[in-house]
Amino acid sequence: MKIGVFICHCGLNIGGVVDIPKVLEALSGYDSLGHVTDYRYMCSDPGQQLIKDAIRDKGLTGVVVAACSPAMHESTFRRTTEAASLNPFRCEMANIREQCSWPHRGEPEKATQKALEIIKASVEKVRKNQELSPLSIPVTRQALVIGGGIAGMQAALDIADAGYNVALVERLPYIGGHMAQLSETFPTLDCSQCILTPKSSEVGSHPNIDLFTNSEIHAISGYVGNFDVVIRRKAAYVNWDVCNGCGLCMEKCPVKTDSDFELRLAKTKAVSIAFPQAVPNRPVINSEVCRHFTQGKCGVCEKVCPVGAINFRQEDAIIDRKVGAVVVATGYDLHPKTRVGEYGYGVAKDVIDGLEFERLNSASGPTQGEIRRPSDGKIPKEVVFIQCVGSRDQENGYPYCSKICCMYTAKHARLYKHKVPDGQPYVFYMDIRAGGKGYEEFVQRATEEEGVLYLRGRVSRVFEEDGKIVVFGVDTLSNKKVEIHADMVVLATAIVPAHGQTELARLLKISTDEWGFLSEAHPKLRPVESLTRGIYIAGCAQAPKDIPDSVTQAGSAAAKVLALFSSDTLSHTPEVAVVDEEICRGCGLCVEVCAYDARTLDMRRNLAVVNEVLCEGCGACQVACPSGATCQRNMDTAQVMSMIDAVI
Amino acid sequence: MDFEPRIVAFLCNWCTYTGADLAGVSRIQYPSNIRPIRVMCSGSVDPMYILKALLDGADGVLVGGCHQGDCHYVNGNYKARRRLAVLREVLDELGIGSERVWFKFISASEGALFAETVREMVDSLKALGPNPAKAVWFT
Repeated sequence: MKIGVFICHCGLNIGGVVDIPKVLEALSGYDSLGHVTDYRYMCSDPGQQLIKDAIRDKGLTGVVVAACSPAMHESTFRRTTEAASLNPFRCEMANIREQCSWPHRGEPEKATQKALEIIKASVEKVRKNQELSPLSIPVTRQALVIGGGIAGMQAALDIADAGYNVALVERLPYIGGHMAQLSETFPTLDCSQCILTPKSSEVGSHPNIDLFTNSEIHAISGYVGNFDVVIRRKAAYVNWDVCNGCGLCMEKCPVKTDSDFELRLAKTKAVSIAFPQAVPNRPVINSEVCRHFTQGKCGVCEKVCPVGAINFRQEDAIIDRKVGAVVVATGYDLHPKTRVGEYGYGVAKDVIDGLEFERLNSASGPTQGEIRRPSDGKIPKEVVFIQCVGSRDQENGYPYCSKICCMYTAKHARLYKHKVPDGQPYVFYMDIRAGGKGYEEFVQRATEEEGVLYLRGRVSRVFEEDGKIVVFGVDTLSNKKVEIHADMVVLATAIVPAHGQTELARLLKISTDEWGFLSEAHPKLRPVESLTRGIYIAGCAQAPKDIPDSVTQAGSAAAKVLALFSSDTLSHTPEVAVVDEEICRGCGLCVEVCAYDARTLDMRRNLAVVNEVLCEGCGACQVACPSGATCQRNMDTAQVMSMIDAVI
Repeated sequence: MDFEPRIVAFLCNWCTYTGADLAGVSRIQYPSNIRPIRVMCSGSVDPMYILKALLDGADGVLVGGCHQGDCHYVNGNYKARRRLAVLREVLDELGIGSERVWFKFISASEGALFAETVREMVDSLKALGPNPAKAVWFT
């Protein structure tokens, strides 16, 4: 081994503190150094040239660049060594700027000694560094998108438009998610259906999108570029390939049941399409209420269907897919009704949540867009909106802000005022958080021009009395108690992760926060990546967010997928764990400590095996291995031991 | 001459090492007694490394990792914490003293905390005096 040490002055940044001639002198007798030199700016072109020349002329087999942090220039100098035909993994940095000259300006002598030892430690590391080349992983250029709300649809479209096949899996029989239930959207008040349905029909007819509605992820295994997915398509009892969506079955079905899409504010049939614009426009039989399933008779739908699409014996279908990347966009639910009893929710019929108000206000909803209260259908003359129900409430709900409620409450109050001009909306709020393009102006119009009365304070009690909903609250700005005899109360309930999301996360082996929202790899710099390579997240599955943010994040997740698909193979760091098969005794401790499932036990040969592609190179297994069979490439125990020797 | 403790520091690449870089970038000054060794994760720090450093004459060892729940490798910092808890008992038994080994969660944005930790550790080791293992081993 013939190692070259290249000490950078970084102008005066290092040279002004560390006595470089003294370091050079001290290193001159150090074991197996083939070349020691310094330069004012090692990262400059002449500096890099100096390294390249030395590698060639002196026949160096290792390089230590004593300069700034590896975070700054490790990749620069590794490219330099590679250009001189020396394996880049034989180049290491010695950080004598950020962690030596800069923080020890007042102690030049001690800093010089420290710099010398830091350099020696890097020399010791390089001495045992192996020549490595990046691992290559094949990529299946097909994607899986889980969740067919606006985020999932956007991600699927972006990937499909770029020419790659996408399997879009949605649990409900239709795509569109919660957005399909909304009436108008803030801050422009354009109708949700008008902007959503063109997109959903595009998804439905896109040649690159395979739509799996009424379906769930049954199992998933594999790793980035190579996931094996098993999709379970639940039985609809209607053969969708044959059905033409004529709707005769729904017309003739004798069984009425609450509509989930209408949030139980309206009835639907046992065989139904959730809403007329649903994509795909195909009905599903609800086997829990259908008379054929509950009583073993009826079968009217089967008789009237002109194409013979009804099939009571249909079973769940299992579909296998191979994909290279996954986008999880599973959306949200609202804080359960049963948990806000103090506001009469779930008890008083005219206390509803924001999503129910959307249906009341929707032109295609149960009241055809007229605001009528659920109990008796009367037009409410006084409506109280309560924000932060469950959100920002450490004791009874969740500490986080649900982000969209300030905006949709302002929207609700304004829409109510447009439809009932002589009505009075009140809004109880804690703060108004209207950060977003055009958002603050939107709320201002509600308060200043449209007569919505905003009361800063909390509500203590809500109860029914003589056909009215009595609201006790406080206005902390005037410091007065407030009592409102309202006709209807709308609660802005907290956004929570969609039910089943935790189980899905477990299946995908991605992590969630304590509330069940999916964890991003970095809260600021990697907001759409999960910690598992190849799995991306978008929309409310990650945290409460509005439509523009969901669409933005979905597009960003799609861009990550497309970057992954930009080549046939992926490269992966070769600095991963390896097992010495001669020594390994197959105890399995490494399998237990691996956070990435990169290790398995080969029972036949009784030894541990590393899946190098899954291994992230954290080094935990090297510590766990009791026999010393596991070795972290280029950071093995012997290397660290010699580095310790160098600094003591 | 005053006793100047020598500290070997195993700093995780993603949090504490970057935090130490930030201390430098911010020109925060701290004692030069510390010798950083960059490791990928605090969970890769073998208790053997710490024992070796102490038996070979280091007066203290600092292990720096990501904050709880923030580990770049999911849970390496918890592994480190458990291993160090066991090591502490061994160090007390050996008479080296577990107070010579510090395990700190310092994030990439906490340059000032890193500097403060080094200052505190140096003061604490000065009060403790030289590592007794050094005297036994080297005589």
